[in-house]
Amino acid sequence: MQSLSEIDTTSKRASKAAGFSWGIAEEIGKAIRSLELFGLPGVINLNLYLKKIKKNHPKKINKIGKENKNKETCPIYCGVAFLDQCKQLETLEIIKFYNVNYPLLILPFISKASEILGKKILIQFNNTSFLANFNKSILSKNIDKQISPLANEINIEFLENKNSFSVQDWKELYKLSEETFVEESESLKLKGAGAGLTDND
Amino acid sequence: MSELNIKFRDPSEVMKLSRLGSFHQSKLSFLRSFIREFKDWDYKRNLFDLDKNGYGTAVYSFSKNKRNYSLVCFAQHIDSNERSDRVIATKWDAAFVLHDGIPSKEDINRLKENVPKQEVGRASYKELTLSRANKSVRAFDHVVNSLSLGKQPDKDLLNKVGYLYRTTAVYGSGKFGLADRFRIKDRKEIYGPFRLEMMLVYLVRQFTFDQVNHIAKSRNPSKAVQLDVKIARNLGIGNSTGLGMAPFIVNHPTLLHKWIYCREKALKEIRSIEEVNASDLNIFKDCLAKSKTSINSWLTDSKYQKNKINSLKSDLIKFDQYLEKECSIKIKYLWNEIYIWSSKNLEEECLEYIVSMMMEPYDDIIDPLINNMSSEEDEYFTIPAHKKVSDLKTILESNYKSIIKIDFKEKNSTANFWFISKNKEEPRVANRYEEHGAELEQPLAIARDIKKLYEKIAQAKQSSTIAEFLLYNDDVRHVVRRAFIIDKFPYSEIQDNTIGASLVPIDMLRLKLSFFGAVKFDPRSDKWLRINMYQGAPLSNELKNSNDTWVYNVFN
Repeated sequence: MQSLSEIDTTSKRASKAAGFSWGIAEEIGKAIRSLELFGLPGVINLNLYLKKIKKNHPKKINKIGKENKNKETCPIYCGVAFLDQCKQLETLEIIKFYNVNYPLLILPFISKASEILGKKILIQFNNTSFLANFNKSILSKNIDKQISPLANEINIEFLENKNSFSVQDWKELYKLSEETFVEESESLKLKGAGAGLTDND
Repeated sequence: MSELNIKFRDPSEVMKLSRLGSFHQSKLSFLRSFIREFKDWDYKRNLFDLDKNGYGTAVYSFSKNKRNYSLVCFAQHIDSNERSDRVIATKWDAAFVLHDGIPSKEDINRLKENVPKQEVGRASYKELTLSRANKSVRAFDHVVNSLSLGKQPDKDLLNKVGYLYRTTAVYGSGKFGLADRFRIKDRKEIYGPFRLEMMLVYLVRQFTFDQVNHIAKSRNPSKAVQLDVKIARNLGIGNSTGLGMAPFIVNHPTLLHKWIYCREKALKEIRSIEEVNASDLNIFKDCLAKSKTSINSWLTDSKYQKNKINSLKSDLIKFDQYLEKECSIKIKYLWNEIYIWSSKNLEEECLEYIVSMMMEPYDDIIDPLINNMSSEEDEYFTIPAHKKVSDLKTILESNYKSIIKIDFKEKNSTANFWFISKNKEEPRVANRYEEHGAELEQPLAIARDIKKLYEKIAQAKQSSTIAEFLLYNDDVRHVVRRAFIIDKFPYSEIQDNTIGASLVPIDMLRLKLSFFGAVKFDPRSDKWLRINMYQGAPLSNELKNSNDTWVYNVFN
């Protein structure tokens, strides 16, 4: 099998050959490495996308807003710009991109943004959901096809940091954890703590 | 604490190519730190299945606490016209791979099919490093002949060559299917950089001794003798190194910083010692005296290197006189005095030699630095694009002072370009105005691209964010990343023009090789050189009782 290091280097070089600048190509190398590390088909999608654009290089993204309507959107330029601007974009809460080619390729950039922002980000296209999880993993639901040449619409939602459980769930778990504590006698109260008896000094 | 407040040396001084190309091995070198780390591991020769000509398979291992690393060696016959020590060769006398664990028979059969093919074979995630080597035919045949006749080989001849085998490449970190670094990076024994590459080379050295002994014995069973251990100890492993190493130091800026920073930190701490004790000064003097034997046996046909060696030799005479007459432990901050005197009176080659020597007495300063010489590079990859253009301008002006003064409209400033050769996938450098291929230039012209970035930044709206700037300037994105890295890691960048007409690429190689711990730099052109590794090192069965100053034992 190919090592991640080989995937990184070859993706970078191939992207440069397909017309991206070295700086963008470096980003692509890391992105495809990260997709493959998370078990997603980065190499296949990149290969197909680079073939598609070799003779007709895609347009760059100028500015990202809440609704981004283009005839064709490059997942790389879009992903890199999203990553660069993620701190400003966070305030938009939900962002939509239209007509994105090989939409899987946008995921690693959003995943990295999730790490930078310390927020989970939900990405939805073609009836598939992906959860970018602080760049530790990308969880996917309903992924039925490895390759999707186009997403008519990508919905990106910044998720607020909140618990995935109810207050009751937490209380029950906490109560159980208390069984590891020792009931303090008066003597233990006096001798067990490290601090002084008064903190008025 | 020092009252003197000794500062780190300025990157604009240290990171010049001529200075980096004057570095020498030191106590920080990876060969030496490998031996310190693995000296108490159990060494074993697990398999030695060679025929009477020395062709076949051998396995050597280091093990400790259920962890095993095994070198698998494949030796074969090649015709003399197939033997080349350039990286462009396709056949070698022996090929090696370091396997993670003890290889099964299936592993060995798989490796036998692939390892001798090197770049066109495939390793797996179970393998860590890969290499090949050719015999130094002159030395190898002489040793085998002598031993088979019951005699020890001629020491003079061996001193001139210095090894029985020469490697031409040592690959690691995911190349050709090898394990990615992330799989093993948390293992404490390999925290130091290139430790598994160093292990491979060390075990290859043992294989070369076992192989000559075996062939001699097979040739003349009744008369043959074993290679004398003192002679063996004075033999290392040669290495031919080309331009492949040069891009490495450009492509790994945070790692480069870590190496140089540790060297500079060691120097700063040593210069800050107020009272130097007599035994530490004696260790310095002893290592310096012994090292001269090695300098005197440093042979090369290269005029460039001869000049450097001669400068080193004559400066060492000056330094000895100074040391004898003016240095006493009664002097406060003696090392600082020595350093200041050396920087005023010695050439770069000798100054950096003295810096290396000054580290010798100080395990307590060096040891904590060793495990700090690796880098988690991905952590610093993302550009902090929320910062302002004005921030970037300040970074460029303070960290690339001499670079932004270079006039790249001058033809000489852009004389060379770096490219990857199609047939060997290896980096090369060529004249931009005489050769074709400059349109496929690799992003290694950092100085030129930094200057271009600076010019663009100067024109840009200073209050814009970097994200906004990059929307219209992605051609300089790779150097924007580097600029933010140098802001955190001041020794991450070579402060010279790597495409200028006066570029001496072997300076870049020597920088890296000095950190490996290589000696006897022998440039064969301005683009490749030969070196020696592990000359004087303890043999495998001597490791447990070895000391760290083995590098100065050569011929002593």
